[in-house]
Amino acid sequence: MSALNTVKKPKDFVLSIEGLTVSFDGFKAVNDLSLYVEEQEIRVIIGPNGAGKTTVLDLICGRTKATSGAITFKGQNLTKLKEHQIVQVGVGRKFQNPSIYEDLTVFENLEISFPRGRNVWGALFFRRDAEVINKVNEIANMIFLGEKLDSPAELLSHGQKQWLEIGMLLIQDPELLMLDEPVAGMSVSERKLTAELLHRITKDRSVLVVEHDMQFVEDIADRVTVLHQGKTLSEGSMERVKSDPKVIEVYLGH
Amino acid sequence: MSFTGLRTLMPKNDLWALLILAAIIVIVMPLFLDIFRLNLVGKYLTYAFVALGLVLCWGLGGILSLGQGIFFGLGGYCMAMFLKLEASSPEHTAIQSTPGIPDFMDWNQLTELPWFWEPFHSLSFTLLAVIAVPALFAFIIGVAMFKRRVGGVYFAIITQAIAAILTILIIGQQGYTGGVNGITDLRTLLGWDIRTNSAQYILYFINAILLFTCLLAAQVIRKSKLGRLLVAMREREDRVRFSGYDVANFKIFVFCIAAVFSAIGGAMFTLQVGFMSPSFVGIVPSIEMVIFCAVGGRLSIFGAVYGTLLVNWAKTIFSESFPELWLFAMGALFIGVVMAFPNGLADLYQSYAQPWLNKQRLRLPARLGGVKTPQKTTE
Repeated sequence: MSALNTVKKPKDFVLSIEGLTVSFDGFKAVNDLSLYVEEQEIRVIIGPNGAGKTTVLDLICGRTKATSGAITFKGQNLTKLKEHQIVQVGVGRKFQNPSIYEDLTVFENLEISFPRGRNVWGALFFRRDAEVINKVNEIANMIFLGEKLDSPAELLSHGQKQWLEIGMLLIQDPELLMLDEPVAGMSVSERKLTAELLHRITKDRSVLVVEHDMQFVEDIADRVTVLHQGKTLSEGSMERVKSDPKVIEVYLGH
Repeated sequence: MSFTGLRTLMPKNDLWALLILAAIIVIVMPLFLDIFRLNLVGKYLTYAFVALGLVLCWGLGGILSLGQGIFFGLGGYCMAMFLKLEASSPEHTAIQSTPGIPDFMDWNQLTELPWFWEPFHSLSFTLLAVIAVPALFAFIIGVAMFKRRVGGVYFAIITQAIAAILTILIIGQQGYTGGVNGITDLRTLLGWDIRTNSAQYILYFINAILLFTCLLAAQVIRKSKLGRLLVAMREREDRVRFSGYDVANFKIFVFCIAAVFSAIGGAMFTLQVGFMSPSFVGIVPSIEMVIFCAVGGRLSIFGAVYGTLLVNWAKTIFSESFPELWLFAMGALFIGVVMAFPNGLADLYQSYAQPWLNKQRLRLPARLGGVKTPQKTTE
C-alpha cells in the first residue's frame, strides 16, 4: 500500500453501531441507532436529558444488553461478550460520577487497572516490578497526579478523582475510550487541563465522550452526534451541528 | 524472596503483632493455664480459624456469610467420621446387634456401614476430605450465587438458610449422622488416645501451628494484588468489572479460602473436644463467629484471633455466673461494636495504642544518645 493510497483511503471504523435498539418495558431508550467512530477520532455525543446518551455507552460496554442491533468493535461483535471481556478487547469506560477505590492509594488505584494478572492466580502472584512502577508513574504524571501517588484516593479533589479514573483507563491502553461527562463538577482551569489531556491521549486511540458543557465540546470534538429520543438527530462538525435548525429547536435553542 | 519482598509481605507492625500473638498462644497460655483451661483456649482458637476466614471474605471482600458454621461443621464431621470408625472396631462394639459399625447406626437399626462412610477408614482420605469437601461445597454455592451476581444481604440470608438446612438434614438423618447428639465418644487417632492430658497438649500446639499457617496464608492474600482487588470490589464492584476482571471468580476464590480455614478449625475442634454435633453447624454458631470477627476487627487478621479469644473468655466467665443472660450480653456487644467502633478492637488499637507505642520506640534510641531521625511510619 503506497503512501498516496493511505491518504486517500477513508479511515477505518474502530466502532460501528448498526440498528441498535434497547427497550425497557416498551420504552425505547435507544431506537434504531447507527453510529460510526473512526480511528483516532474524538466523537462527542450531546443531547437533551433522556436522549439515551449514557445508555449508548452502557450498551457498548456491556452493562446493558441490546434488544436488537449490532455493535462491532474491530470486527468483533460486542453484544455477545461479557463486560470484562469487552474491556480485554480494548474498550475502556469512565463513569459519570468518579468511580475510584477510595480506600486505596492513587498508586494502588492505577496498579489494579494495569492490564496484567487479571485472573485469580495472576492477581495472587502479581509482582510490583519495574514495568508496573514505571507505567504507573508515567500515567500519574500525565493526569497531573505525579505528586499524589501515595495519598489515599479519598483525599483527592473532585476534579482529581475524575482525572484518576481517566488515568485508570489510560493504563489499560484501550483503543476506544468512553468518557461519561468527564468535566462535570470541574473548575474552569481543570476543564482546560482536561481538554489538553484528551487531545494528548487521543493520538493512539478513539474517544467517545458524552458531555453537556458546550464550550468543552467545542474545545475537543472532531465530530458531534446529537441524540434525541434515542435517535440521531444530527451529526457532523460542531459548526454544522450548531447551525442545524433541528438541533436548535430541540436542544440548543433553550 | 528478597528482603524488600519480605518487608512488603510483613511490615514491621504486622511482624510485631504476629510475634506478640505467637508468644501469647504458644508460651504464655501453656505456662499459666492448667490443662482444662488450656483445652478450652484450644477450643476457642478453632473458632479463630472461622473468624480469620471472615476477615478475608467479609472484611476485605465485603461478602458477609452468615453460614460459616456449615464449613466448620463439614470439616469437623469429616474428622469425627474417621475417629468414630476407629472407635467402632468390632472388638469395641461386640455387644451391638451389628458389631463394627458406629453405635448410633446400630441404635437406628442400620445393619451395614453406609457407602459414604467407607472411605473414612483412611486417615489420608479423611485429611483430604476435611479440606476438599467444604471447598467443593463453597465452590458450588459461590458459582451459583456470585455468577448470578447475588450479593450483600441476599447472600447473607441464603448462607444462613443453607446452614439451617444442613442442621435439619443432620438431625433428620440420625442413622447416618448421629442426629442431634452428633458423633460422640471419640477415643483414638491411629491408636493414639486423644483424651489424655499429653495428647491435649500436643493437639493444642498442632492447632496453634495450623492457625499460624492460616494467618500467614491470609497475610499473603491480604498483601497481594488480590487482597487490594477484594477491597476495590467491596467499594466499587462495577469499576473492577469494567477494568477487565471477572469479579465472580475472585469472590468464589475468597469464599472457598474462608471455607477451608473454617473446616480446618472444625477438624481441630473435633480432635480437641472429642465430639461434633449439629449445634456447631447452624445459624446461632455461624452468627456467633461473625461476632467474634466483628469484635476483634473485621479488617485485621490478628484482631480476629483476639476477638475470638476475648468473646469466648467473656462467655465462659459470664455463663458460669449468669447463664441465661449471656445471649443478651452477646447481642448487646455486637450492637455496641457495630455502632461505636465498626472496625473493632483492632481499630481502637491502631488509632490509639500503636501511635503511642511507635513514639516510645522512637524515643528509645534518642535517650540512648542515638541521632537517628524519627521516621514516619506508614500504616
